[in-house]
Amino acid sequence: MARLNSPEDLEKFRKDILSKRDPDTPCISICAGAGCLASGAGDVIAAFKEEIEKQGLTAHVDTKGTGCPGFCERGPVVVIYPEEICYLQVGPDDVSEIVSKTIKGKQVVDRLLFVDPNTGEKTTRESEIPFYKHQKRHVIGNNIRIDPKAIDDYLALGGYSALAKAFFQMTPEEVLEEIKNSNLRGRGGGGFPTGRKWEGSRNAPDKIKYVIVNADEGDPGAFMDRALLEGSPHSILEGLIIGGLAIGAHEGYIYVRQEYPLAVENVAHAIKQAEEYGFLGENILGSGFDFKVAVHKGAGAFVCGESTALMTALEGRVGEPRPKYIRSNIKGLWNRPSVLNNVETWANVPLIIKKGAGWFTQFGTEGSAGTKIFSLVGKITHTGLVEVPMGMTLKDIIYKIGGGIPDGKAFKAVQTGGPSGGCIPGELLDLEIGFDELAEAGSMMGSGGMIVMDEDTCMVDVARYFVDFLTDESCGKCVPCREGLRQMAKILKNITEGKGKTGDIELLEALSETVAEASLCALGTSAPNPFLSTLRYFRDEYEAHIKDKRCPALSCRELIAYHIDPDKCTACMICERKCPADAISGGKNRIHVIEQEKCTNCGTCFEFCPPRFGAVKKISGEPVPEPISDEERLIKRKSREK
Amino acid sequence: MSEILLQIDGKKVNVREGVTVLEAARSVGISIPTLCHHEKLEPYGGCRICIVEVEVSGRSRLVVSCIYPVAENLVVKTRSEKIDRIRKMILELLLAHAPDSPELKDLAKVYGADRDRFEKEASFCIHCGLCVRYCAEIKKKNAVGFIERGIRKEICFIPKIAAKECWDCKECFPLCPTSYLQAAYVLTQSLAFPSSSSEAVPEE
Repeated sequence: MARLNSPEDLEKFRKDILSKRDPDTPCISICAGAGCLASGAGDVIAAFKEEIEKQGLTAHVDTKGTGCPGFCERGPVVVIYPEEICYLQVGPDDVSEIVSKTIKGKQVVDRLLFVDPNTGEKTTRESEIPFYKHQKRHVIGNNIRIDPKAIDDYLALGGYSALAKAFFQMTPEEVLEEIKNSNLRGRGGGGFPTGRKWEGSRNAPDKIKYVIVNADEGDPGAFMDRALLEGSPHSILEGLIIGGLAIGAHEGYIYVRQEYPLAVENVAHAIKQAEEYGFLGENILGSGFDFKVAVHKGAGAFVCGESTALMTALEGRVGEPRPKYIRSNIKGLWNRPSVLNNVETWANVPLIIKKGAGWFTQFGTEGSAGTKIFSLVGKITHTGLVEVPMGMTLKDIIYKIGGGIPDGKAFKAVQTGGPSGGCIPGELLDLEIGFDELAEAGSMMGSGGMIVMDEDTCMVDVARYFVDFLTDESCGKCVPCREGLRQMAKILKNITEGKGKTGDIELLEALSETVAEASLCALGTSAPNPFLSTLRYFRDEYEAHIKDKRCPALSCRELIAYHIDPDKCTACMICERKCPADAISGGKNRIHVIEQEKCTNCGTCFEFCPPRFGAVKKISGEPVPEPISDEERLIKRKSREK
Repeated sequence: MSEILLQIDGKKVNVREGVTVLEAARSVGISIPTLCHHEKLEPYGGCRICIVEVEVSGRSRLVVSCIYPVAENLVVKTRSEKIDRIRKMILELLLAHAPDSPELKDLAKVYGADRDRFEKEASFCIHCGLCVRYCAEIKKKNAVGFIERGIRKEICFIPKIAAKECWDCKECFPLCPTSYLQAAYVLTQSLAFPSSSSEAVPEE
């Protein structure tokens, strides 16, 4: 491939690609994101390739593994163009039928379509599936159309045209102005206005400056950045190069966690291709501007998502935060002006440059413009990545897109903003998503994690889990975070184990003040949020644990007990056989009894007791009923022969 | 360097640009407690006990004085109900590790800290990092460092370096506000310095 040396070269090359691609040629796109690969997409892709060859269709059909389209719950996802037929949970066994029926016969394979769990209605087109219908997929939407290893796929969809526009039709000042006017705010956590961050670096006197991609996504349950890195690496590179132009940086870094091997691979590959094509390196597209990018793999510390810790780690030292009374856009990496933005923020940049700030601000709210990708996980029917305009209500995201709570359970709370975010209760479901709105509700946008919890979730235990996570991930440099969280985690653990004392809530509040006010970095200052937000909305649960030694959600193992209702037990012996602790005394025709001193509260009996009997009961905060006498335990069955 | 005029606890203070609030305060005899600070070492900002309140464009915020740079017309308060409450909590958290540290005990008296508020922890180290930073910055030997992170973080002598360097130095010992450093050294010594010990055991 010869380097492209001018914007005209690029447009000519793009036309060449498009002229070779007939839009009516069937294209089978199979998600090859980490989620679908884990559910067997690799075999599906191989099966498609084999089948296409077997049926002699290689020249007439495109088959490609693509980035993640987000509907991970129903993966492996296959979309067939141009009709946009979407098949879900496709296995290698389905492949020959799809090729014969859909590719050759132009018929739809009914059984692989999306079925609405409530209405039973089937949907053929991807964009009409309720999960997708209510989304605005500006950033992640192209994932399913691009083979992440093929730069030509990205170019075919208009890729790198924003770069050409920024270089040849705009001045760096105009690029900066456009980003400022778009009101784009950082998608990684703080929501700081991107344009202002860039401006600070641009105006800083240093000659050497850096632009950095924060791809150290570490929030439990969050994977939107991974999907973008894996699925559309060029959009991030394009944004980064434009950022370099705007602030005057000639070097960029991508700090990506090593636990994302596919993302590392695809990004590294994309950089190589971009260099070959002339989008990176010296004299980009003949503009005279030089820019290079290096990938740095993180070593598995959550705190390195914090900007100063990330930069310290990039410098080759232990990833510990440093105090930043001078912002890192002025004094960052190696004390030079450094713009650090999150993956999704960078991926928005080419869109804004291409379509204009006016287009961008049409979506979202006044304070939070554009769209945001959330990873919708937990007790939700449709797990996956969703991209919605800011300002959509939590209710719409959870019910219209997410399909609500499975198994007929009731909604309890949604945890947003990652481990140091907060839990938002049912009465606030009409909350419109935005940076400031979430902060007011005691949570935060964070990078877009959204964990849905149902009635079986104990909110004290949720707080304990997240404070534990943060205690584990604290770097240990400053006292409030290291020691404060150590004590908070201990107290919360005690409460969930029934060892809570009067005064624990007040002590946790006092610790929260010191941790939030005196910690060195944002990991610490936001770490009490899981406790504070659950206390704010679910104080009664804390009190029940401490005063009554009762877990209202019947979830904390130390505070519950199982017993068998003698009126319902039919002596089927399933629980007796399944009990791993041999704690159930039963036998044929004898009503079963759980021996409390042997029981470990594992819940196996509860899980296995057939629902039509429903004899195993879970209780908390009340004494276990006395077992019935031996004579009463005998079940006299009616004789079948008469 | 130009002169900066700021106000600390109502007192007008003149200092040169680039110094920290802590240095400015000490220059006029206003004392701010510190644990991880050392004049010869780079500011660290770990113990947070030197926290003060500054007023920036009409809004007050808490910052650590050992790092926060002075600015023209900055208004600093070194004591307030909130500052004292936070210092008390920090001391109580540290007293769980080193209940008998003289430095901590003195400060505990000032701030009314209860040394038994939290259950005692197994390690005496309060992670001020004085030994680690002194060895790295002044001695440039890196014989002692931190290992692990968060609540599992601890100081550790690197036997290979310590065996060569520590025997005749030990300058870090008096810096330690607790007795932990010496204990860690003695442990390393017994395990790894056979050659410098008087009862040297020949290597096999």
